[in-house]
Amino acid sequence: MNTYWRTFKVAAWLGWEMDSNWTEPWLFIIYSIIKPIAATFILVLMYIILAAVGNFSAGPLFDFMYVGNAFFIFVGTTLFGTFQVIQSDREWYQTIRYIYISPISFYVYVLGRAISKILVAAFAVVITLAFGALVLRPAVEISLPLASVPVFVAALALGLFCLLAIGITLGGMTFLMARHTQSLAEAVPGIFYVFCGVLFPLSVLPGWLQGVGRAIPLTYWFELSRRLLLSSADQAVLAPLTGLGGFSDLTILGFLALSSVVFFALSLGVFKLGEYLARKAGKIDMTTSY
Amino acid sequence: MSSATPSRSATARRSDFRYKAALNLRSVFGRAYPRVIGANREPSWIFFEVFLPLLGIAAYVFIYQAFYNAQVALIQAGQCGSAACASPADQLAHLKAAAANLNALVGTVVLGGTMVAFWLNVLWSMASQLYWEKEIGNLQIYMMAPMSRMALLAGMAIGGMFMTSVRAIATLVAGILVFGVIFQVANPLLLLAVFFVTLIALYGMGMLFASLYLLWGREAWNLSALLEEPIFFSSGMYFPAGGFLMVQPWGPAVAVAGSLVPAMLGLDALRQLTLPGYTLPTVLPPGTELEILLGLTVLFLVLARFALAHLETLAKREGKLTSRHQ
Repeated sequence: MNTYWRTFKVAAWLGWEMDSNWTEPWLFIIYSIIKPIAATFILVLMYIILAAVGNFSAGPLFDFMYVGNAFFIFVGTTLFGTFQVIQSDREWYQTIRYIYISPISFYVYVLGRAISKILVAAFAVVITLAFGALVLRPAVEISLPLASVPVFVAALALGLFCLLAIGITLGGMTFLMARHTQSLAEAVPGIFYVFCGVLFPLSVLPGWLQGVGRAIPLTYWFELSRRLLLSSADQAVLAPLTGLGGFSDLTILGFLALSSVVFFALSLGVFKLGEYLARKAGKIDMTTSY
Repeated sequence: MSSATPSRSATARRSDFRYKAALNLRSVFGRAYPRVIGANREPSWIFFEVFLPLLGIAAYVFIYQAFYNAQVALIQAGQCGSAACASPADQLAHLKAAAANLNALVGTVVLGGTMVAFWLNVLWSMASQLYWEKEIGNLQIYMMAPMSRMALLAGMAIGGMFMTSVRAIATLVAGILVFGVIFQVANPLLLLAVFFVTLIALYGMGMLFASLYLLWGREAWNLSALLEEPIFFSSGMYFPAGGFLMVQPWGPAVAVAGSLVPAMLGLDALRQLTLPGYTLPTVLPPGTELEILLGLTVLFLVLARFALAHLETLAKREGKLTSRHQ
């Protein structure tokens, strides 16, 4: 256990240094904010144009989209933080062979490396939400009553754990892939972007695709986070649209806990399988540089 | 002395035009080849480059669909814009206008999705490529080879355009078949001109960036990452760029800054030329946009030529040409 903890700590420190020490701290902070704010502004402009051209307003839908997009920052960065580790160590730094033969758990090492990205993502999520509530006009109506804090924290912890598990599952697959981290980073979150009701209610999707969305645990995390953060006026408009109105907050939390366990087991299995197949095919330290 | 002459003539640098042109053409072909062939030898590439990015585009399409549904619900409830519907005919007209707007907006996203593919290729396979070559130790071999560095970059660009065209075509086909977008081309010659000039300008910009990245270390990778969402935003990849002019006071400034990236004007022109009855806000007429794009093309290619020579010298002087992982 002690070795696991030490590996995790050192990997987390290494990840932080690799992410941030290429520049000055102030530049790193700006860098970390600009990307998510720009992504948010894409949605803001989409709404402004649509509202102007169609001469109508749909405030609750915009709030739905805004909060979903803010929490989606966790998805992109956490997934990228986990599944880029193997490829960056293997292809870029070419250090994977040294780390791999050291007496540590490679799974825990990957987990540790992802932590710094989650911290940066948390910062970006807070900035994005604060921007929507304080700067944007009309403001996004966000509030978190004190009584809802424990459920919110539990949902956040379970959601992130689930994301990490999904990320490591994908990381296990990258043992066998050429250097497509960037494509993967763009593509896999796209699945969640479409099916998890991040930017639009699930009811917009065709029926069978709604089923796909309901099978992904992140859908419930986004739903619960929005329920806890958005105003009751918004909730009244949105509840019939999301298709998840029948579930209580605690039921959703239960779904998240169960999904976390399932994905954790899956991540262990896929990671070990990917590692085994890569060793067998001699691909552990391959480079693919066309 | 006479015995040394044949050896020297065999290794002497040849400067005649025909030899140089053939050498550089071979270099262009040689650098484009691994991108075209090598990529197709990696089956997972098809899945990641062609199929999965469609999902990101679908998300933006469904956003417009969600708002369209909300708008239709309002119209059917008797609310036509800010006032009540005057008559059933008025209601029908509003419904038709909403459907036409939806087609234009979804078409906007689909065309933006194709341009995103090219922009990502410019960032990750053009601009970052020399930096990547430095990291894996190929750059020094390129630098010792006798061809022009511009030929090397041109080969990368042509190979990259081919690779990306597959993804772009898949996005367009999906736009038509899955999302039901109706495209209508009124002026095919102007459309082709805008498309190819935009691509050349974009890859010219990539060549310029590639030379800048030659000097940088890990900042290069982070800069490429930084130039994704902000450029998607400032170039209006998923919404009509003319919308910037509606947002006062900062919108027009973003539009001017965004037009430095050829994708913005190129996309705006392509949307006007392919989406029938385009009533969404525009930046400039397509002809004017083509003229500006031509200017940007020349500017970027000339700048890339000079920047490459200058920064190569600078990188050699500072000892950064072969330094890795810094």
